[in-house]
Parts: sequence; C-alpha cells; structure tokens
Amino acid sequence: MTVDTESPVRPASTLTEDEPLGATRSERLSALAQQHGALVTLVIAVLAAWLSFDTFMTADNMQNMAVSSAFLAVVALGMTFVIITGGIDLSVGSLFALGGVLAAWGSQYGTAVALLLPLAVCGLIGLVNGLLIARSRLAPFIVTLAALLGARGILLAVTDEGSKTYLVDKDSFFATLGQGKLLGVGAPVWITVGLFVAGAVVLRRSRFGQYVYAVGGNEDAAALMGAPVARTKTAVYTLSGLCAGLAGALNAAWLASGVTILGSGMELEAISAVVIGGTLLSGGFGFLSGSLVGVLLLKVIQNVINQIGSLDSAYQQVVSGGFLAVVVVAQTWLGRRRRVL
Amino acid sequence: MLSVTGSAGPPVTGSAVLSVAGLGKSFPGVRALDGVDFTARAGEVHALIGENGAGKSTLIKVLTGVYQPGEGEVTYDGSAVRFATPLAAQHAGISTIYQEVNLVPLMSVARNLFLGREPRGRLGLIDFRRMHREADEALRGLGVRVDVRRPLRELGVGAQQMVALARAVSVDARVVIMDEPTSSLEPREVATLFEVIRMLRGRGIAVIYVSHRLDELYEVCDTVTVLRDGKVVHTGPIAELDRLRLVSLMLGRDIGDVREEGLTKFSGRHDADSQAVLEATELTVRHQLDGVSLTIRAGEVVGLGGLLGSGRSETAKAIAGALPPDAGRVVVAGVPVRTGSTPAAIRAGVSLLPEDRKAEGIVPGLSVRENIALAALPGLSRFGLVDEARIDRVVDTFMKRLRIKASGPHQKVGELSGGNQQKVLLARWLAMNPKVLLLDEPTRGIDVGAKAEVQKLIDELAEDGLGVLLISSDMEELVEGSDRVVVLKDGAVVEELTGDAVTEDRLMRAIAATPAARATTAVPTAPGGDDD
Amino acid sequence: MTDLSLGGRTRPDRDRVLRLLQDYGVHLGVAVLLLVNIAFTPHFLSAENFRTQAVQVAPVLIVALGMALAIGSEGVDLSVGSVMALSTSLLSLYLGYGMWIALLVAVLGGIAVGVANGALIAYIGVQPIVATLALMVAGRGLALVLLPQLKDVRDPTMASLGSGDLLGIPYLVLIAVALALLVAFVVRRTTFGRQLLAIGDSRPAARLAGLPVRRVLILVYVCSGALAAIAGVLATARLTASDPTSLGNLMELSAITAVVVGGTPLSGGRVRIGGTVAGAVLIQLLTATLIKHDLPPSWTQIAQAVVIILAVYAARERGRR
Repeated sequence: MTVDTESPVRPASTLTEDEPLGATRSERLSALAQQHGALVTLVIAVLAAWLSFDTFMTADNMQNMAVSSAFLAVVALGMTFVIITGGIDLSVGSLFALGGVLAAWGSQYGTAVALLLPLAVCGLIGLVNGLLIARSRLAPFIVTLAALLGARGILLAVTDEGSKTYLVDKDSFFATLGQGKLLGVGAPVWITVGLFVAGAVVLRRSRFGQYVYAVGGNEDAAALMGAPVARTKTAVYTLSGLCAGLAGALNAAWLASGVTILGSGMELEAISAVVIGGTLLSGGFGFLSGSLVGVLLLKVIQNVINQIGSLDSAYQQVVSGGFLAVVVVAQTWLGRRRRVL
Repeated sequence: MLSVTGSAGPPVTGSAVLSVAGLGKSFPGVRALDGVDFTARAGEVHALIGENGAGKSTLIKVLTGVYQPGEGEVTYDGSAVRFATPLAAQHAGISTIYQEVNLVPLMSVARNLFLGREPRGRLGLIDFRRMHREADEALRGLGVRVDVRRPLRELGVGAQQMVALARAVSVDARVVIMDEPTSSLEPREVATLFEVIRMLRGRGIAVIYVSHRLDELYEVCDTVTVLRDGKVVHTGPIAELDRLRLVSLMLGRDIGDVREEGLTKFSGRHDADSQAVLEATELTVRHQLDGVSLTIRAGEVVGLGGLLGSGRSETAKAIAGALPPDAGRVVVAGVPVRTGSTPAAIRAGVSLLPEDRKAEGIVPGLSVRENIALAALPGLSRFGLVDEARIDRVVDTFMKRLRIKASGPHQKVGELSGGNQQKVLLARWLAMNPKVLLLDEPTRGIDVGAKAEVQKLIDELAEDGLGVLLISSDMEELVEGSDRVVVLKDGAVVEELTGDAVTEDRLMRAIAATPAARATTAVPTAPGGDDD
Repeated sequence: MTDLSLGGRTRPDRDRVLRLLQDYGVHLGVAVLLLVNIAFTPHFLSAENFRTQAVQVAPVLIVALGMALAIGSEGVDLSVGSVMALSTSLLSLYLGYGMWIALLVAVLGGIAVGVANGALIAYIGVQPIVATLALMVAGRGLALVLLPQLKDVRDPTMASLGSGDLLGIPYLVLIAVALALLVAFVVRRTTFGRQLLAIGDSRPAARLAGLPVRRVLILVYVCSGALAAIAGVLATARLTASDPTSLGNLMELSAITAVVVGGTPLSGGRVRIGGTVAGAVLIQLLTATLIKHDLPPSWTQIAQAVVIILAVYAARERGRR
C-alpha cells in the first residue's frame, strides 16, 4: 500500500475546491431537507400528537406502535437496498403474507422450520426476480408485479384457496419471537433494531454496500470500474424477498396465526417509507436510518388518525400518497438542478 | 492496492506498450478501419486526431476491448492480446477517461477512487479513515486538493476528471486514453490537467490524447497520428508538423493543390437578396459558444467551417431552439424569436436537420409517410383529425421531388438507407415551408449518388429563396456549396470568408491559425515537453 | 465514444418467425384456447357462456386501452386500479343528484388523476412508474375516505346499464367495443395519435421536430384516467355495488398484461389496439379455462404471472434487435 508522495514531478499548481462549485446555499438547504426532513417531521408529528391526545404517549400505545412498525420496517429494510440500486420491488406485500402463512404452517414442526421455510421460499422468489431483472434485463416493476401475483397464487394454493388459517401454538418458542418481551419492549422490535444495525453496517461499511450505491448511481460506470452489477442486483432482490418473508414470519408469530389477507398494499407503504426517508427513487443515494424514520412517521400518522376516531384509516393512504408525491417532486427538482450544473 | 508509481518496475521510455498492426474493422456498409498501424510508447503523449468518421472512436474501442479487431492484432506489453470486455482491458492496465466522466456522481470522491478495492480492516469492514487518507494523498499527488468525503458531483468537471485520472493511475494503468478531456474545462483546470499529463509521462505511462483543439495538441503532445477515412495518413513527432499541414492532413486537402472544380454537385454562387432572413447575435452557451453572430440572407448558402468541437452543431442548435443560450438573440425575417424553444423557432420558419440523424432526426419505427408529415401535422389536420388525402398529396409531392427511394410511403424509415433517411428529414421540413434551413452534416454517412442528389437539392432550395446554413466536415462540399463561410474555433467566430476568399486554402489557414496571430500563417508553438 | 452497441447479428428466418409470433401470437393463443375449450369444456359453446366471458372482460379491456396509450408513449400508468375505486366512490356519492351527474363526476375524478399524473411526468420530469405509484396510493386512500365501505347501488338505470343488453349483446360489451374502436381511431387518425407514437418511439426526435411533447403526455394520462374511471363505473353497474376497497385491485397488472401480451412493446412507439383486445380476451379465456376445469383461483394467478413474464421476455428479444 505504498503511496508515492515523493513523486519526482509534482504539479506546481493545485486545483483546490473549498467551495462546492455548483452547490448554492438553497441547494444545500434542500439537500439537508431531503436528508433530515423526515426526522424533523417525525419529531413535530410526535410532539403535536403528544399535546393533542392524552392517549398517545402511553406505554401501551407506544408499545403497539413500535411492534406494528417493526414488521413494515423489516420489509422497508430490504426495499431500501433495492431502491438504492435504482430498482423497485412490488412483490413484498405478497411475500409478506406468504411468509406469514408458511411460518404458521411450519411452526407445527418447530421453530427452525417456522423460520427457515418462509425464508427459503420468499428468498427463492426474490432470487428469481433478481435473475430476471439482472440477467434477462426485464423491467423491475413488471417482474415484481408478476411475482406479486404469483406469490399470492402460491399463498392461495397452500391455504386451500384462502379458506384455511394455520395457527401458531402460543406456548411455542416461535410465538415468543413475536409476543415475548425483553426489558418491556417486544421481541419483534429488538429483532428489527438488530437487523437495521446489521443492515446499516453492510450498506455503509462492506464492499457489497459500495456496489449497491455504485450500481444505482451509474450502472455503466460501475460495470467499467469492475463492480459485479448483475450479482449485486440479484442479491438485493433476494435480500428483499428474505426480509419480506422474515417480516411475515414475525408477524405470524405475533398474531399467532398465518392470516392470509395481510400484506396487500404493503409494497406501497414500504416504498413510501423508504422514499420519505430520503432515499432517491432514481437510485444511488439513501440510508437505512431514514427508512426507519419513514416507517415511524407513517405509523404515527396512522396512529393519530386512529386517535381522532371519526377519521377512517384511509386518510393514512391519502397522506402517505401525498407525502410520496411531494417528496418525489422535490427529489426530481433537486436532481434536475444538479444535472444542469 | 493504491500505488501511484506502478508495480512494473522502472519504465523504459520509448518502448512500445500498446500497438496495433494491420488493424481492420468493418461494419455493415462501412469500412471503419483499414490497415491501421498505431503504437503508443511509454512516457509519450500521443495525439490521435481525425474528423468525424475518420475511425478514432473505432480504434479506441478496439484498444479498450469494446470491439474485437476484424483483421490485424493488438500487441500489449510485447504479446498479442484480445480484450473481451472493457473491464478486461482495464484490468490489464489500459484506462480510459471519457468525455463524460465515468464515475458515480452521488458517491464520495474517496469511494469512487476505491470502489472494488477498498482498504478493509477487522471483520472485512471498510477502513474509512485509511481510505480517506490514501485518497487524499493520491489526489494531492496530482495537485488536487478537495474534501474526499464530498459527493463527486459537487466537484467541478476538472476535479472530477482528476479523480478519474487518479483512479486510473492507482489501478496501475500503463496506458491512459483521454477522449476530449478538456471539452468542458475552465482554463485553470486545463492547466492542471496538462501538468498531470506531463507527470504521467514522467512516470513512463503512455498517454493517448484525443482532442480537436490544436493549441492543446501542440502544448502537451509528443507524437501525433492522423486518421482519415479509416486509414493512418500520418504519424510522427508533432513538432515536425506545422499546424497548416496538420489541418490539411485531417481534412484531406492539400495546400496549394490545383483543385478540380465541379467534383460536387453544387452549381456555385447564388444571387442572394440583400434582405437578411436570419440574424443571430452574440449567442453564448457556457463551455460551448462564445458570442457567435452570423447573418443569412434569403437565397444564400452560408457555410459554417471549423473542426469538430468548434461549436458548429451547437450554433445550429442554439438557433433552432434546441440548445437554450445563456445570452444572445435570434431574429428571423425581422421578427425576434424566443430562444430555447424548438416550437417557437419552427413557427418562425427555422428548421434544423440534426447531425445525429438516427437519434435526433428520424422516428425509426414510423413510416416514411408519418415521418414526412410529423412536423406539419397540425397544419395537415382539421379539428385534430388527420387529413389523410392532403398528407398523401404532400408525401407524394416530396417523395417525387426529392426522389426518395422506398418500397412505398408505408415503409419504416428505420429500414431506409442513410441518404433516403436524410431526404425524408428534408421533406419533413420542406413541408413546413421554412425560411431558414440549418443543415448539420447533411451528406455524412450517405453514399456517393445520394450525396450528389442532396447537394443538388441544397442548391435548388437556395435558388428558391431559402436561407441555408450548411455545416460540413467535407471541405470541398463546404467551399463549393457556400456563398460565404463563417469559421468557428473553440466556440467563437474567427473569420468570415466571402467572395473569392471562399477557398479551401483560406479556410484551412483560418482553422489552423494560432489564437495570437490568426491572420498570419501558423507557426507551430513549442510543444509542451520542456519541463522534465 | 458513448455508443457501445455492437451491432447485432441477424438471422432473418428466426427473426421473421419471432416477429410474427410477437405480433400475432396472441391471436393464435386465443384461437388455441377457444378450440381447446370447445373440444374439452362442457357447455362452453353456449351464448350464455360467451355473454358471461365478454361481460367479465369488458372493464379490463377498457382499462387496458388507456394503458396501451400510456405504454405507447414509453410510460405506464399504475394508478388505474385506484382510479376505478375513486370513480365508484364518486359515483355512489353523487348518485343522489341523478345518474348522469354522478357519471360525469366519476369520470371527471379520473381525468383529475390523469392531469396530476401527466403534470408530474411531463412538467416535473418524474418517472411514470413513480408518479403513477404516488397517485395509486393516494387515489385508493381518497376513494376510501369518500366511501369507507361497500355500499349498494340501487339505481335502476345503473342496474340496467350493468345487466341490460341490446339485441342480445350486453351494454357493457357494446361500450367496451365502442371505446376500443374509438381509441383505435384516435391512434390511427388523429394528430394526437401520430404525435403520441412519435414521442414514444424517439423523444429527442419528437422534441426537435417541434411536437408539443408535454401537452401530448398530459393528454395520454388524462385518457388513461378517464378510461379507468369509465371502467370503474361499468364495474359498479355490473356489481350493483360500490366497493372501493377491492374494486380495481391488481387491475394495473391485468391491464399491463393485456397490452404486453397483445404485442405493444414496453419501449413505446407502438400501440396495438387489436392486440390489446385479444390480450384481454386471452387472459379472460385462460382464467375461465382453468376455472371450468376445476382448477382453483390460485392456479389462475400463477398462470397469469407466468404469461406476463413470457410476454415481456419475448418483447425483450425484439428490443435487442
């Protein structure tokens, strides 16, 4: 690792750039808003909810929100990787439901089967998605849309056309993964936190993580620089499938049953959370902590809407759709201004 | 491994690193390279020049593994090689710095530098402190001081190019190919780049330098190879070649040649009105155009001369509204036109035949008929419904008048020959009854017969009273076809030739002139090799 | 030096067969499925059965027509299912003011979503998938906010629109056929249609030719929104109920499948209305065949997933050439 700083010839003039050439103050502000806007909004939303509703800042409510956020967060974890590569995975909602059903069915054979079966099946579907996208170069949205349908079909096939609900034995260790508590905090929350820490380390500190950013940032350049583009893409869709399957399994453990009707629309929630959290939908930029904040923000809004009582939970979709639109417009504007420079 | 010196031991200056012999490459209908010999030596900056279609791009693509050679072989480091992919060439030590920097703009400078070979510590995790330190040192070694944690895109283009260079050098590159590296650099960035290039030379790296800026070639290059029509027409030390001779080699015209008149189908001079049909004033686009002004009168063909990259196409695009200028005005027949809007320019009567016919001109999936009618469609419709009968008449008229050869009006334009595609585009604009036609390389890539026809057409159109702006790399075409020639260099007008001054000699002298002494015959400036 | 294309080898015979298959494979598929069903499915060849199949395919087809326009412009519209839900909600809400007013409001709702989609895509430059995804989320939410749960539609005119017929042909089918003819006419004979194809085929060329790219794109998504809204209205009439929770779920997928199976490439520049009709029929027949042979719905979904991947894969072969 020698760096020849004593090079015989050294340029007399230097190119020093203390100030970013193009970045104006407003542009920096907007970049800042993109990175931390979700967090600020979350803090404001929590404060407002706290002041407005006595029932908001209670231990029970917090616990509920945390656990219900956990499952979406795990799905959003995988989705973050996919979106950073510039792709999209619409199949996660179906995989989430399928994972739950498989886990509940498998739990009769022990915890290992209950966890490994959904991971294997959902991971495999994710792998197929990845191969079709990376090797056959099909459009991600259409491949994963087909997977959404296919996974739903498999789910119906294993549940007797949706009429059968497998139950999880409440005393099993598997059920503890969903319902247990440690230091007063639900097991799924701990698992989610652990996964996010691990995910963040992989994304920020591993070579694979660098490839994920490079593929999303400029695929041709990444290939020229020797990044294994196809393998990276395949890996992120597999990871997304695994995350969705695991989230479904944990959810089944929590509910103690494999509910077949879950997960529809979850892909949209996960994408919204990731994008609200500051990850660029065009790829190349994003961070996991943002996705976590995005999930929490969506769940707080949902909780507030439920607290109001008279409002239907559908408002949440309107709000998150609106959020998504605003964030995407802001991102596009930012991106365009930078391209001009 | 980051090693700026390279691991192959002290280089022997002058030994051949990368060479090709008898290289040939053909594409359907085109002989892109024909018996090309080319040698890049260690410690040498080798200029590779030629006009469009000369074969530079193809040669570089063969050298970097994008294309496989048709005939002949590539020798690298003393043995015959065949690079299957650009990556393989890069691993072997041949790095290419493209015009558009090929890095990941959203990632930090350090991450870009080290992608795929990050220094890793415990648990296989990336050691960012070491990475940032080493990145900083590598860039300082090239005379660049930037915060390596910043996203690459926040850097100026020059600094970005330095990062690309640093990456190339740190992967032990022995050959660095630069494709028009200065096209969007500020002068001080160019100065730094040249110092770095000289430093690379000092380290025994072979640099292949592609550029059209003559001043630069004489400043940094040692050797020059001129390609024309897929063949090497000259190779040797650049100091022994004066500018005028260089230009004449590139353009394939000899100074003082007794020229045979009438090789083109142009009739010669036209009787132009005194009335200006187009006045463009002080068009300025950052990095591309620097206050270009020109006037075209009705019934006149004005040529736009200059080398590739001198701002010819940009001028045409700025006039046609396809390139928004930072400053400048366009007036058509006395009426000011909003700049930066294609529809506004078209409504005013300005039509552009773009240089990149396939990507920007034709709509390949649509038929000849639809392509011809495309721009005029609103005028050929009633209440939003297409008037098929009128379109048939228009299409029929122009297919006959321009002698468009197709199996019929319903053949897809993508299936036609280049010449006929060009005629379809001409028909598209003529159907609009334009006042000004901007023709960017109208005869490039089309066969001899079609070329003559297009040239004759241009003549006829001018006689019919159109103002024509003609851009062509073909000197003969430009000189014989134009009544006047405006010569561009580095985005600015350097000379305007009128009347008897419209000759190839004068044109080449204008192009070759040094910035300091444009009018006089050029003397080559000292080649940049006196610093080590 | 950016053009890295290598120039493909051409194998004319294989090419021609492939192209024929892509262009007419869908018709072949429909014919095969018809023959198989006639041979092996009891009671298939009855007017009643044909009527049922046709009525079921009508809403999908109408949505697919709009989708074909979006895909032809090198875009896609994922919000169509939500627009159907929105239109059924609006219809229910305004039915008190009379059916025609309710219809008008429902279609206006679809147009509004289309304008929003188009503006995001044409003016702001958001990718079509993303823009329409945002409206897909928000649209379904809005539909549910307006009408939180299933509501019966007790309007006699609506009911007759859903189940009535003219000379034995259900209104739904007549409307779908009329709309298909109208869209085909628009694509072939109007300025808008020509400009749409040019924009989808080569946007830089369309820009340089001075086409009103933004206006055309907005109109494309307006058409898609309006057609989806009409499909929502018709589906409501057939079910005699407004169900914003499930109406139009996965409709975007069915519509995209119909369009892609029908030979319209995802890369734009081409709109095949006849193929789209056949594509919608093919999917309907496939579903019907599986159901009639007592194969469960799960199979249908898996089969549809496979068909769409195959269709996209085949279209990819052409894109490469």
